[in-house]
This record gives sequence, C-alpha cells and structure tokens, in this order.
Amino acid sequence: MVLSLSKDTVQVLKEQDVVFLKNRVKEVAVKIKMGLVNQTRLLTAASELVRNMMRYANGGVCQIEVVSSGRNNGVRLIFTDKGPGIPDITAAMRDGFSTGKSLGLGLPGTKRLVNEFDIKSKVGEGTTVTIIKWANG
Amino acid sequence: MDKIPILRLGNFLLVTIQVDLYDRLALNLEADLVQMVNKTNARGVLIDISAVTIVDSFMGRIIGNIASMSKILDAETVVVGMQPAVAITLIELGLPLKGVHTALDMERGMSLLKSMIDIDGEDIDQESTDDGIITQ
Amino acid sequence: MSLKTHQLLQKKKKNILELWMKNQLADEGLREDLISNDELRSQSEELVDALVSNLSSQNFTDLNSDEWSPVIEILGGIAITRARQGFSPRETGNFVFSLKEALLEVLQQEIVNDPQHLFSESLKINRLMDNLSVVTFETFIKGREEVILRQTDEIAEISTPVIRVWDGILALPIIGTLDSARTQIVMENLLQEIVETGSSIAILDISGVPAVDSLVAQHLIKTVSATRLMGAECIISGIRPEIAQTVVHLGIDLSNIITKATLASALSHSFKLMKLEVRKSTPIAKF
Repeated sequence: MVLSLSKDTVQVLKEQDVVFLKNRVKEVAVKIKMGLVNQTRLLTAASELVRNMMRYANGGVCQIEVVSSGRNNGVRLIFTDKGPGIPDITAAMRDGFSTGKSLGLGLPGTKRLVNEFDIKSKVGEGTTVTIIKWANG
Repeated sequence: MDKIPILRLGNFLLVTIQVDLYDRLALNLEADLVQMVNKTNARGVLIDISAVTIVDSFMGRIIGNIASMSKILDAETVVVGMQPAVAITLIELGLPLKGVHTALDMERGMSLLKSMIDIDGEDIDQESTDDGIITQ
Repeated sequence: MSLKTHQLLQKKKKNILELWMKNQLADEGLREDLISNDELRSQSEELVDALVSNLSSQNFTDLNSDEWSPVIEILGGIAITRARQGFSPRETGNFVFSLKEALLEVLQQEIVNDPQHLFSESLKINRLMDNLSVVTFETFIKGREEVILRQTDEIAEISTPVIRVWDGILALPIIGTLDSARTQIVMENLLQEIVETGSSIAILDISGVPAVDSLVAQHLIKTVSATRLMGAECIISGIRPEIAQTVVHLGIDLSNIITKATLASALSHSFKLMKLEVRKSTPIAKF
C-alpha cells in the first residue's frame, strides 16, 4: 500500500517554472535520502514529462508527494494538463514514436527511469501522468 | 539573455557548461557553436559537461545535433566529463549518443581530438576503431 | 455478584505469573542457552503486569484501542529480541501460548459452578491472546526480515570490490548471480571509481557468475554503454565456454562489446589499448 506523507503543488506555465519545479523535486528527493543516481533518474523523468506538458498542452500542474510503502520512501509526481490529449497511448509508449519533432524517447524512456508509471488521457480533455520513484530501487 | 561562452584555442573550440541547460539556452548554444565552427574553421569541438547533473532526451539530442552539424563542417566533437549518474540515466532513457566521441576529462578529450585530426582522411576511422574508445 | 473477569485477573496477578513461569519452565523447548531463568522471569513479569493492569471490561476484544499499545510494545520488543537471538518461531509462540494457558487455568479455578460464564469468559481470553500471538508473530517475522535485509546489504557491499590493477585500469570481479539490484550497485561503483581514479579502461570479470541469461546480458551491455558514455572502455572477461554457448543459443548480440576469455587476456588487451608493452627485462651488458 502506498501512503502519501506530504503534498505540494507547482504550476508550470513558463520556462522559469520548470527550473523551480526541478529544484522542488530535488529538495524532496534529497530530504528522503534518495541516492544520487535515483535522484538523477527522477529529475530526468520529471524533465521529460514537464517538457511534454509545455510543448503539447502549454503547461499544466505538477503535484509533488512524498509517499511511503512499508519501509521504503519515495517521491510521487502527478503531471496534469488540459491539453489535446493522446489519441493512441499504446503507440505513444512505443520507442521511437513521436508526433512532434523529437526522438520519441520521452514516454517510454521515462517509464524505464521510474518504478511506477501510469498515464491516462482523454482526447480534448487532457492528460495525467503519474510516476513514483522509490529511494531504494 | 544567458549565453554559454565559447572559447577558441588554436584549432579547437572549448565549451564548458556550468549550469543545467534549459531548452532555449541549449538551442542557442547549438546555433552559436555551429556559427563559430564555420567562422573560425575549427577542426574540433570540446564540450565539458562535468557540471551538468541532468541530460534528458532533448538535451541529448542537442549534443547529438552539435556533433552531426560540426561533422558536416569537418570538425569532430568530443564530450568530456559526463557524470556517472548522467551516463546511467542516458542509457536507460535509450540515448547512447551514437556518433558522439567521449573522454573522461578535458586533457584526454584534447588528445583524442588531436589524434583524430592529425591523421587525415580514411585513417581517422581506422585509428578510431583500433583505439576501441570511439564507437561509430 | 462475583468479580468481573478483568478485576479477577488483576487480583490473581501473582498466581498467573507463577503458573506461567511453571508452564514455561516445564516446557521441553525452554532455551536456557539463550535466555537465563531470571531474565525470563523479569520479561514475563513485565508482560503480565502490563497485560493485567491494562485490562478493562470494554477493551477485551478490541486490540486497536490505545490501552493496548504498552502491551503490544512490550510484546513486540520481546519478539524482536528473540528473533535476533535466534529463537525459533515455535519457541517464541510458546511464550505467549503458555501465558494463555495460565490465564485460563486461573479462570477455571475462580469461576466454579457457572460453566456458562466460564465458557464465555474463556472465549474472550482466547480471542485476546490469539490476537496477541498474531502480533508476536508479525513482529518476530519483521525482526527476522531486518536481519535478512541487513545481510543482503552487507553481501552487496562486500561482493563488489573495484580493484585498481594498473594505473588507468580497473577490474571488477563479479561473484554470484547478477540481478537488477546487484547490477545497479556494480555499475554505480564502477563508474564512480572510474571518475575518481581517472581510469580509461574497466574490466568486468564474470568468471564467478553462475549463468548468463538475456537479462544478465542486458545488464552487462548497459554497464558497458554507460562506461563508454563517460569516455572509458569496458572489457568483459572470464567468459566460460558454457556461457559463450548460452549467449549464442539465446541469440544475444555481444558483438559491440570487447569480450575476453580470461582476466589475463583482458589485461593484455588493455595494455595494447593504452599502448603499453610488458617485456621480460634483459640484463644490460656491461662494457
């Protein structure tokens, strides 16, 4: 069972907000004593997701949570936007797939970097991506 | 507007990235570097990323772009000082930076560049694979 | 009107303790090698004290109520120490079960002539003590798990030594199964050591790895790729013939990786890469 210990919400609308968000995520990760490599994985994943949010939905909201499950602590990030949504999630999760001019590594790559990854999207309503990175693991 | 300084040292261009790149900064660097390579006829570009703590797929692409563009302008690119955590993350992300040469530090990067451009033409690739250090 | 059960038990505290001690000492499984009788007595006394004084008519069946937390704390403490001291689950369980017997015995002595009352009160005691046994086991297992986790960490630490075999050449002998968690540690240690020593070549020796399947191969390829991104080269050595066979049968492509049969040949290949020569010294002729 995953328990939420603390919550914090960051609005991301401009490029400066991205820097602020990354700093907040890093603070939280350091606080729960996440190792350097896992911190880097988490921050890189956050960077990918926040870029998607900026590029396809003109920004959105990120909720930063400290979660715990048994003896393990972790960071949960929930990215919510009101963008156009993703018509075909299965395709978007495939390596090398991209509608924009990117490498198409964003979503599948992000999934490889974190412990838990969940994406929900409705065309015309928006997309929510939830990731969890445990301090050890 | 922030800019990343590009230093010229003989035939080489030196870039030390001291901050975590955000998108516009990275795009500017790409444009500036290619301009500089063209203007100075540089034969090699050395990018030090030892202070960079995050490289995501976008920044990885910029680094790859710089290498490919410089190559067209007849300059080799060597990325030096990548942090272990960054290297692990890039591999897991699925971004092995093919075609970009890497070295542990500035000094080794410099000698790698020298060895690459001292020998002209076909020998370059020959030498590289012999070294086993460069993955084509 | 006779006394309520909890009052009765409070009154008979001494009896309960004596009976319990008698039960425990009579048990064949008594571990005098692990715990002295005096210590056992003080542990038991503490628990009976806490148990009896926290009893009230309402909380009998509700173990979640706050009044039980001191009892659970004491019981948990005892269970955890026993797990660490190496008591078996049966021995730890008997500790609580024999208390139950003592309680029931006292009850039987006190409530005479009213079988129905005796039955209903016994049932309550049973339920309470069963709950406490569950708590004991949970904590006991948690204690054991902690021991296992600590050992796992220790094994992970000792089993990934990075050795400097030459100026600029690192070697990392891997012994035991290579799973994801282990690869993670191996990879992080190796890359960190590369940065710290400025070594340009790393040799991963897998002669101590019992089997290589596609997952292990994936991990090895990942480590090699990350090493290259940092600007160093990674050689994999210690590939036994069986491993070569399985790798090919599984269709794993290791062609991008430098592989050598032995650590010695990996080392000599590294010398070649570093343009070093190892020669037998010839005595200099004197004139």
